[in-house]
Amino acid sequence: MELTGAEIFVRCLKEEGVDVIFGYPGGAVLHIYDALYRQKDVTHVLVRHEQGAVHAAEGYAKSSDRPGVALVTSGPGATNAITGIADAYMDSVPLVVFSGQVNTALIGNDAFQEVDTVGITRPIVKHNFLVKDVKDLAETIKKAFYVATTGRPGPVVVDIPKDVTADKFEFKYPRTVKMRSYNPTVKGHLGQIKKAADLILAAEKPMVYSGGGVILSHASKALTEFTRLLGYPITNTLMGLGAYPATDRQFVGMLGMHGTYEANMGMHHADLIIAVGARFDDRVTGNIEKFCPHAKIVHIDIDPASISKNVKVDVPIVGDVDRVLKELVKEIRERKGKPDASALEAWWQQIEEWRAMDCLKYDRDSDLIKPQYVIEKLWEVTKGDAFVTSDVGQHQMFTAQFYKFDKPNRWINSGGLGTMGFGLPAAMGVQMANPKDLVCTVTGEASIQMCIQELSTCLQYQLPIKVVNLNNRYMGMVRQWQEFFYQGRYAMSYMDALPDFVKLAEAYGHVGMRIEKPADVEGALKEAMKLKDRLVFMDFITDQGENVYPMIPAGAGQNEMILV
Amino acid sequence: MRHIISILIENESGALSRVAGLFSARGYNIESLTVAPTDDPTLSRMTLVTRGSDQIIEQITKQLNKLVDVVKLMDLTEHRHIEREMMLVKVKAQGTERDEVKRLVDIFRGRIVDVAATTYTVELTGTGDKLDAFITALEGSVILEVVRSGVMGIARGDVALKI
Ligand SMILES: Cc1cc2nc3c(=O)[nH]c(=O)nc-3n(C[C@H](O)[C@H](O)[C@H](O)COP(=O)(O)OP(=O)(O)OC[C@H]3O[C@@H](n4cnc5c(N)ncnc54)[C@H](O)[C@@H]3O)c2cc1C
Ligand SMILES: Cc1ncc(C[n+]2csc(CCOP(=O)(O)OP(=O)(O)O)c2C)c(N)n1
Repeated sequence: MELTGAEIFVRCLKEEGVDVIFGYPGGAVLHIYDALYRQKDVTHVLVRHEQGAVHAAEGYAKSSDRPGVALVTSGPGATNAITGIADAYMDSVPLVVFSGQVNTALIGNDAFQEVDTVGITRPIVKHNFLVKDVKDLAETIKKAFYVATTGRPGPVVVDIPKDVTADKFEFKYPRTVKMRSYNPTVKGHLGQIKKAADLILAAEKPMVYSGGGVILSHASKALTEFTRLLGYPITNTLMGLGAYPATDRQFVGMLGMHGTYEANMGMHHADLIIAVGARFDDRVTGNIEKFCPHAKIVHIDIDPASISKNVKVDVPIVGDVDRVLKELVKEIRERKGKPDASALEAWWQQIEEWRAMDCLKYDRDSDLIKPQYVIEKLWEVTKGDAFVTSDVGQHQMFTAQFYKFDKPNRWINSGGLGTMGFGLPAAMGVQMANPKDLVCTVTGEASIQMCIQELSTCLQYQLPIKVVNLNNRYMGMVRQWQEFFYQGRYAMSYMDALPDFVKLAEAYGHVGMRIEKPADVEGALKEAMKLKDRLVFMDFITDQGENVYPMIPAGAGQNEMILV
Repeated sequence: MRHIISILIENESGALSRVAGLFSARGYNIESLTVAPTDDPTLSRMTLVTRGSDQIIEQITKQLNKLVDVVKLMDLTEHRHIEREMMLVKVKAQGTERDEVKRLVDIFRGRIVDVAATTYTVELTGTGDKLDAFITALEGSVILEVVRSGVMGIARGDVALKI
């Protein structure tokens, strides 16, 4: 039977097993919305701004094993989605974003609500398509999902002109897809794995440095087995938190600019770095010249371009983390060799000394609410088992440092692009993917205002997210840099004229709370968690002057941290 | 170092801008770029001349390979290869100049492809160096226009970039 392009679109989503999409209608996608109206398999979540749709799709993808899907109209719909698409690109989030386009005959004529979506998104997508003929629609959608979810995941944009959604064609969904130009390597080279095993077993001061690739590969189990088998210390990047249980003794915390003393010193003094699905970002390496001066480096990554991009590595292994780690474990087990126990013991002794510096300590006797304290209590009250999203700033770093994630895919944040406004819409996506679970978002009074309109979406879809607003009346992260590096000239970082967040939450139909004393923190959190089916906005009035420590200033090496 | 990178890429609209965009976005240097469909009309062949340290060239080839439309890639500089560029030059040629220019064209094994009362148009192929040398040799004449194709190349022997 012949279907319209819009109907084909909906059938394709169904074939891909898509149950939720996030979107916003407009002229160019009206046929599609009409087709969505006439079916029941796909739930459409109406956001309040297209940036929110894409972040929600990211949250959905990051907290599940399925890609996120967003749908926006042409022109302003597509441009509003750009920040989200760029965010997904930087953090390798599997996403398919559909955008409406003007009629094929009008393309290039500066038609109403026309932008060159494929052109604008080209540098921030894994791939994109313009569908010019309804005959190609189903196959293109199949390819889009395939490209987005395989290899190094990423966002794929499919731009669909309005006439293509009206034209008719026989619907047949391709079972498989083959692209001669796209064949990601997933299986690691055995010779390289053997070389890596040699180095791993010979190391005296090893450090496992794992990142977002482990989360994306769902390889947390394999990573944990690998690390426990060897007894080596392990650090995670911001994007990798939760891949290895944070409460385990072998975990030395996050590394990098705001990482722990023990993690950064461990990296600096290590003789072997085992990099697993991490991309040597500048927030991690600090000054490249001073990075890991004594170490050989093994690097497992599915994207050859991530390898030796910033730091030259000794043993590259291109492949999927999960498969490669399993092969490595097998190889190490078969050799029956053991790392040098006394060297390892001495190394651990050194690490424990660094750990004893207690670099995350803060003033627990303050009369003001310390942001760290709120996160510690949040961790306790939620038993460390909530899904937590965050915005960008100090609150993000405090959450990374103090919420000890023991499970993967529970920590959802914007690392590569660092997008303020990410947290709330991402939490919506997480809640849609995990309807029965507790979802919290930690934010700041500046970040939350970037996508605050989504509080309305949360009401419409009854998403009982717990918003933890660490309200320091400053763009704290900016203020901190101004304090350290601009002699306290706080240019434009004071958040004046703040709304009353309690009233604002209530105006949106939610519960609002203001918490001003440390003694009230725990009680408020408990009370909020009890309101299981309500969104609760907790406005914590925190210490204005608190800074994130430790900190590696720009240009410094990992061993040159500012401690408290 | 200078590298000549040949790419087979899906012959689709936008493929060229993906490559060009990659170079500008990542700040890679691009000296010349030629592109045309191959005997298989679904594929285009692109030849890129670029410069960079080994590390940069490694990133360039990896990033190019990562483009979903790129089917295959070869760094010709890693093989024995033939490199050619074509040039059309319009030069003023009047009176005694006409013999002078003709002689130069013969020395360089070029061809005069258009003759007008006051000008010659010369076609010349060869390596970039040879084309440069011809331009230098024309010093005494007035050059009205120069068109160069950019470099194309192919490996020697049985090494072939095909799918
Ligand atoms: C305010 C702020 C402060 C920050 N401070 C820090 C900090 O102190 N410390 C820190 O670590 N980060 C920090 N970041 C984050 C930083 O900017 C980077 O986003 C982060 O370090 C990158 O993490 P990653 O290396 O794990 O890479 P990701 O971006 O998660 O990349 C994943 C890597 O894994 C690979 N991969 C993907 N899938 C697979 C697979 N299946 N198999 C194998 N490999 C795969 C990819 O190719 C890629 O190379 C900060 C960000 C902000 C906004
Ligand atoms: C969209 C966007 N604009 C600007 C920035 C730069 N920036 C990074 S952190 C920050 C301040 C965040 O303030 P707030 O949300 O109050 O969090 P805090 O640091 O106080 O915890 C700013 C402006 C950004 N990351 N994203």
